[in-house]
Amino acid sequence: MIYEIFHILILAGLVIAAALTFWFRDLLAAVLAAAFFSFLISLEFYILQAPDVAISQAAIGAGLSTAIFIIAIRATGRFEGGAP
Amino acid sequence: MSKLVRFAADILYPVVLIFGLYIVAHGHITPGGGFQGGAVIATGVALVIVAYSYKEVIGWIGKGGLMAREVIGLMGFIGVALFAFLFGMPFFYNYLAGQGGLFGVPVAFGPNPGELNTGGTVPLMNFAVGIEVWGGLSLVILYLLSGLIEKKDQEEEGS
Repeated sequence: MIYEIFHILILAGLVIAAALTFWFRDLLAAVLAAAFFSFLISLEFYILQAPDVAISQAAIGAGLSTAIFIIAIRATGRFEGGAP
Repeated sequence: MSKLVRFAADILYPVVLIFGLYIVAHGHITPGGGFQGGAVIATGVALVIVAYSYKEVIGWIGKGGLMAREVIGLMGFIGVALFAFLFGMPFFYNYLAGQGGLFGVPVAFGPNPGELNTGGTVPLMNFAVGIEVWGGLSLVILYLLSGLIEKKDQEEEGS
């Protein structure tokens, strides 16, 4: 029972994190929401009995691609469509 | 970045490095392996690179060292695989397993907690892939940051 509740919470969190990534106009917050999405999907991989895929997803999705996005934001602007 | 981010990066960098090396070293008995451990180490390097400025980072983590890691990893992987030809065996033959000595302890039958000193050439290839991914993924982040610096310099020259 606790397993199903945890699983449903993670799936709901995935949808919410994806929607937040689309909704934020502050790109740094959007990148952090995408990193949270990657973290939740690595938990989902762990629940589905794929721990090595979960390690890769946590390292590359939540770590390296977030660093690449932050470097890109430092090189360009922080807000979508110019400063608010 | 701010002083808080730099402090957190200073503390987290050795911890992440040791955890990545743990994943690489235990790749043949637990989940993970060369690529996953190398990606975890590269995450720690990327944390330091993002937290500090390019001029500070390039003094600690040289491009030459990262390129040397890439070359050593790839040459070690292909060298371990080619070494089997000396024994008259095919490419990628596991000539160390079950021989005693380095990574050569025979594996116990049935359920067991796992012996680290097993696996033959598999742990050596895990180390080679781990070192190669460490160099390669860190180099990607470092070159991205160097492009950022050049863009800002051009803007200052133009203004």
